[in-house]
Amino acid sequence: MTKLIKSGAYAQDNFSPVADDAPLPEGAVIVSLARFQKDRAALLARNTPVGVRLQSSENPELLGADVNHFALVALEFPKFRDGRAFSWARLLRTRLGFTGEIRAVGDFLYDQVNYQHRVGFDAWEVPDHFTLEMFNRALSEITNVYQPSTDGKKTIRELRAALK
Amino acid sequence: MLTANRLRDGDVLYRKGDGWVLMLADGEVYGDQASADAALAAATSELARNEFVAPYLFEVRDMNGKIVPVKEREIIRAAGPTVHPHTGKQADHLHA
Amino acid sequence: MLNTLVKAIAPNMYRYDEFDAQFVGERVNQFAGQVARRLSGELTEDQFKPLRLMNGLYLQLHAYMLRIAVPYGTLSSRQMRKLAHIARTYDKNFGHFTTRTNLQFNWIKLVDVPKILRELADVEMHCIQTSGNCVRNVTSDQFAGATGEEIEDPRPLAEIIRQWSSLHPEFVFLARKFKIAVGATETDRAALQWHDMAVQIVRNQQGRVGYKVMAGGGMGRTPYIAHVMSEFVQREDILAYLEAVLRVYNQDSRRDNIHKQRIKILINTIGPEEMRRRVQREFEELKRMGTLQLPREELDRIAAYFAAPKFETGLSDAMPDAGPDFANWVKTNVHQHKAPGYAIATITLKTPGQVPGDATSEQMEAIADLMDRFSLGEVRVTHEQNLVLPHVKKQDLPAIHAKLKELDFASPNAGLITDIIACPGLDYCDLANARSIPIAQKLAKRFEDLDRQHRIGELKIKISGCINACGHHHAGHIGILGVDKKGVEFYQLVLGGSGAEDASVGTIMGPGFGEHEIGDAVERVVDVYLAERTDGERFLDTYRRIGMEKFKAAAYQGAAAA
Repeated sequence: MTKLIKSGAYAQDNFSPVADDAPLPEGAVIVSLARFQKDRAALLARNTPVGVRLQSSENPELLGADVNHFALVALEFPKFRDGRAFSWARLLRTRLGFTGEIRAVGDFLYDQVNYQHRVGFDAWEVPDHFTLEMFNRALSEITNVYQPSTDGKKTIRELRAALK
Repeated sequence: MLTANRLRDGDVLYRKGDGWVLMLADGEVYGDQASADAALAAATSELARNEFVAPYLFEVRDMNGKIVPVKEREIIRAAGPTVHPHTGKQADHLHA
Repeated sequence: MLNTLVKAIAPNMYRYDEFDAQFVGERVNQFAGQVARRLSGELTEDQFKPLRLMNGLYLQLHAYMLRIAVPYGTLSSRQMRKLAHIARTYDKNFGHFTTRTNLQFNWIKLVDVPKILRELADVEMHCIQTSGNCVRNVTSDQFAGATGEEIEDPRPLAEIIRQWSSLHPEFVFLARKFKIAVGATETDRAALQWHDMAVQIVRNQQGRVGYKVMAGGGMGRTPYIAHVMSEFVQREDILAYLEAVLRVYNQDSRRDNIHKQRIKILINTIGPEEMRRRVQREFEELKRMGTLQLPREELDRIAAYFAAPKFETGLSDAMPDAGPDFANWVKTNVHQHKAPGYAIATITLKTPGQVPGDATSEQMEAIADLMDRFSLGEVRVTHEQNLVLPHVKKQDLPAIHAKLKELDFASPNAGLITDIIACPGLDYCDLANARSIPIAQKLAKRFEDLDRQHRIGELKIKISGCINACGHHHAGHIGILGVDKKGVEFYQLVLGGSGAEDASVGTIMGPGFGEHEIGDAVERVVDVYLAERTDGERFLDTYRRIGMEKFKAAAYQGAAAA
């Protein structure tokens, strides 16, 4: 069983995942990229939120101009070693200007949560034993950062300059 | 034979019965594939004890009554680095 | 061994401020937490492995191995003494200097690692990202800051890259390891073209200093020389450019076959032109965003840490006369320094019969004393597993040499045939197919005669115990690759590689030689060189001129069928 952590709190997951060959139910749905490409018109016409779940090999640029129609982009970690989604999240936030929910799904570690947070993820589908307390701890283990990222967090260089 | 590393300190272990010993000479030799596989399966099921890691089977042969690994890698693993003869199990054994 | 008390000198190198110290301290706490979670079972080994690798901890053949970062090869005497202490306290009294200028300890206990990391943090050292699929230790020229050849000291940029790449959130789960080197001279002592990415500090036609960026070099199963990504990147743009390269790599590399996941494979699959195009696109966007621009003040601020020390003036620039042993040592191991009266001294950790690159804790302590007495508190580690005292007075060289003789580190063989690089190999490494250290020891003994070594001249032998090529055999003038043939160790010869500015990938000669044949095979190859060379040709030059044929015929003549 999994639960959703979003914006630092437990959240209700209102999106129904839809298999590629299943009919689209009412309400908010998440589909695969393949399903979206097949049923694009129907999905864009809905007045309920649509989410897409991207595999780690699927560059979000494939969403094209539709990217901001999505309320949610779920980025998959098929195996925690596959770190492509860190770049996909960053790409979504910067070049593609995506402002919706970016959700980490799949096999990822507690120890990756901080990095995910920095590059633009704001929601995590976590196993049951993963608590909010753990989540907050993950974000606080390393106080300062050397390099800029999507989170806009001040870098050590900026902090140093501010001390002068 | 079945070998693994102790989690805490990385020390090389050899399976004997339900437990582990430090020296290859004290370890259990499995005479057939079935008993070897069973030993590996048992060890694998014990990984959650977090006492050892990476168990695997390797071949040995009888050389004039002494059990010796077939592969050079296992010979070195059992004894210690050939270039630092005062380190590793080869040195421990001398003091045993 | 009695040492008179020597005052530790703090050399001109990067010093942690409170931010750096806090960062490393927190990282140690983080890893201590991960160790605890592993021991309790909260983390499985599969989950723990990438975490421990990113803190430099391997599980090897006999025990855990800990790899300590030596950024751009620079160590202070205080750090050297701490390494000696760790060797004594937590290991078996010795350490090994590696081909990426790091230091490895071979007998570490997992439960001791948090303590060791805290001790290292006390002297501004760490093990962060010395393994794992992330940006590794940034290496540079061991003569940096001492040679007159450089456009400027490459280490400030190396330090900036080190900081930028430390726990970079986007790049800690790359497809494979990523190795970066920085150089600033035409003579390449850092093997730039063999790196995943390299920066060479250059001057353009207008005389402006900037950076040439190369990518796609690498050893391993499929060796490649790097391609130029940009001939000239402006100073302020360099981090944006490097990030662009890494981003393209992270996004576009294969993830389905561990042997095809280095950036060299990506670039050679899509072609360097396409790679440049993809990088350029990311780079332009990053430049527009502006967050990665490197201000001149920051470059200058970091460079100030590495400012040239106050060299004494009025010193004699004459090389002292201290006997034939000393003269032989000067011939190979002493290089010209930019300051008159000074020299750069190489300590080869390659006395024939020794384990290449190893030093005992006693030797480390003694070297620390030499550093303080004679080299302004500083030493450099080289990727050829040697050490360099970068700033010594010529007049002090005889005393240094005498001390090195006591330590058995006075071998006058830098760059000669007995200056062999060897990975730890099957004696230590879980990945190895064959032992490499004994081969190195035996070869060095065989060619020990100094007159013979000088007759042969520059000849770089590099030995790897497996295809991972940590011994850099692809870049050896003579490379040796250990292979496993039905459980028996065999050794393939590779000729004509180079890790210098004339970089080239060596060519495999043919089937391997047995452990007791490889020495003879190498000797026959050397004999062909001596017979065929024309004036002034090194081994590498002769090989490049005449090709493999004669060497191959000689090597296999007399060898048992392999």
